[in-house]
Amino acid sequence: MNPLETLKTAIANSFRSKLRTTLTVLAIFVGAFTLTITNGLGTGISNYIDSQVAAVGASNAFTVTRTDTSSGLGSGPQKYDPNTRVLAAGGRPGSTQVALTQADLDKVAAVPGITGVSPVTRLNTAYIQGNNQDKYQLSVSVLAGAQPQLDAGQNLDDGSQAPQIILPSSYVAPLGFSDSAQAVGQDATIGILDATGTMRTVTAKINGIEQNALLSSGGAFINKALSSGLAQAQATGTPSTTAQVYTSATAAFAPSSAAQIAEMKNQLSAAGYTAQTLDDRIGTVRTVINGIIGVLDAFAVIALVAAGFGIVNTLLMSVQERTREIGLMKAMGMGSGSVFALFSTEAAFIGLLGSLIGSAAAIALGTVVSHALARGPLSDLAGLQILSFAPGPVAVVIVLVMAIAFIAGTLPAWRAARQNPIDSLRYE
Amino acid sequence: MPVPILSTRDLTKTYGRGPDRFDALRGVSLDIDRGDSVAIVGKSGSGKSTLMHLLALLDTPGAGSVHVEGTDARSLNGRRLNALRNQMFGFVFQQFFLNHATTVLDNVVLPLKIAGVGARERRTRGMAVLEQLELADKARNKAGNLSGGQKQRVVIARALANNPRVLFADEPTGNLDSATGRIVEDILFDLNQNHGITLITVTHDHDLAARFNRRLYIRDGQLITTDEEHAA
Ligand SMILES: Nc1ncnc2c1ncn2[C@@H]1O[C@H](COP(=O)(O)OP(=O)(O)OP(=O)(O)O)[C@@H](O)[C@H]1O
Ligand SMILES: [Mg+2]
Repeated sequence: MNPLETLKTAIANSFRSKLRTTLTVLAIFVGAFTLTITNGLGTGISNYIDSQVAAVGASNAFTVTRTDTSSGLGSGPQKYDPNTRVLAAGGRPGSTQVALTQADLDKVAAVPGITGVSPVTRLNTAYIQGNNQDKYQLSVSVLAGAQPQLDAGQNLDDGSQAPQIILPSSYVAPLGFSDSAQAVGQDATIGILDATGTMRTVTAKINGIEQNALLSSGGAFINKALSSGLAQAQATGTPSTTAQVYTSATAAFAPSSAAQIAEMKNQLSAAGYTAQTLDDRIGTVRTVINGIIGVLDAFAVIALVAAGFGIVNTLLMSVQERTREIGLMKAMGMGSGSVFALFSTEAAFIGLLGSLIGSAAAIALGTVVSHALARGPLSDLAGLQILSFAPGPVAVVIVLVMAIAFIAGTLPAWRAARQNPIDSLRYE
Repeated sequence: MPVPILSTRDLTKTYGRGPDRFDALRGVSLDIDRGDSVAIVGKSGSGKSTLMHLLALLDTPGAGSVHVEGTDARSLNGRRLNALRNQMFGFVFQQFFLNHATTVLDNVVLPLKIAGVGARERRTRGMAVLEQLELADKARNKAGNLSGGQKQRVVIARALANNPRVLFADEPTGNLDSATGRIVEDILFDLNQNHGITLITVTHDHDLAARFNRRLYIRDGQLITTDEEHAA
């Protein structure tokens, strides 16, 4: 029997006992459905995290700090060195952060692969004022390659000379704007205290409004022009030395492989700096989510294994029922290999049927539910499609289910193949 | 002297083991020439069907050998064995073993399907053999809906579909009335005389046996020279 004939016969055979095939297909359906849903969950959440991560920072940049050598508990106080500047840092009381100087920045920039280093200056903005008289607290950060998810307007232009700002959507109403679209293009005034305690103001154009986002700090993004304007205002009246130290710096690099990134990190760490990419900092979130998805996947696979036993059972009954037919075909010269192929093809076909229907149903239902959730309970997390289905993973699910079905079919198929024709024909 | 198409030496077949052990064949040696027509005659349970199955290489003997055109069947690998079953032998079983759910034509072309013959050629050849057995008008009917005599002709058609050189028929007229039985007999002898097919038929009908070239009498798993019971 040629392969095409085997396929046709196997399909015809699987439809011969419709009820039994339907029940087995249903069992596989449940497994494939579950697996597709958990898969969609994984894709949806990780897509969301990726976009959120992109919103807070560039993936091809390190945050560089001086490695604090005072770590170890019993190491005692560090000896004072007039060349090392320290800054008070957050965290436990008394913790300090070794400051970066211009010399450090040059050293970091010299590491092969680093394309640019910019110091992170803390801009302690005091307030923002929009269309009305009310002033609101505001924290700002430079864009540094981040891609905020915008409600309205455009991303910042770092090349522009004009000061620009992107505000979180929560500021729109308080600042006296009717909606996000209306706020875009308007001016806002930012107040910042200088070193002598005098309030200075800088005016910036609102370039865009950011969606509520999972990782957002609630602060605004500012472009280079605004950041240097604010820095200048803040530094007015500072003694010249303090103006030159920074707690950390952002080192950008060209898109690189994981190995190249690790190599740059090594070089920086050898030079006494700690470099972290954004992925390093949010890696744990991803690990937890991957863990949850893994557990869900495991349940789906358990469902599939149960469905696999269903296939074994269906096909064993089918082999039993067709014992005489198999005997007859073997008596007419059908080889054991062909008999095996016939029954395992039938199993794979049943698997294909179940997984196609299961995946299709999961995609249909998942898309509907996901949209409903995005509009309802999850609307605070703008841009989150909790279930999203990529062709690749769905194809993997279908192939996996077919493989399980095929494996389940091998036992009955083998039983059918090894039968002696006369014994089979004698079977009542 | 030409090599016999089938020959056996000291063929035995034992079913079961221990207290259930039963010797169905106890040393059968025979030669069948190409184009011959042979009747195997014996009482029920004497081992006729068992012998036929061994001759058609459908079962393995306990001891002894079967030679097909001089080749020992034990030396054949699975592929050659299947090719012989498919192309050289046609077997009409004592029961019909028709697939009642499918059409007469589908049943008849099964050996061709196994041989890997394409759908179109299968149809033409299947229809030709049904024509030969005057069943062409029933080709599209479900096999289950035929009369006994029609079913008997369908299984003969199936056995003939792949142009076998040896046709085994196990009681082909056993469950037919004498008129229909006669038609089936005529078909078989026509195949033997006009198409050169070697015909090996089991029967316990002595009138039918008389029409064959040769008769082999079997009793309790052994060949006997004459039908003593009948002669007596
Ligand atoms: N698979 C088997 N297991 C046990 N005994 C068997 C088996 N097949 C056949 N026998 C026995 O072997 C003997 C010969 O059987 P066989 O079918 O060859 O008889 P037969 O001559 O064809 O009889 P009938 O004319 O009734 O068809 C019988 O006694 C039968 O019970
Ligand atoms: Mg018999």
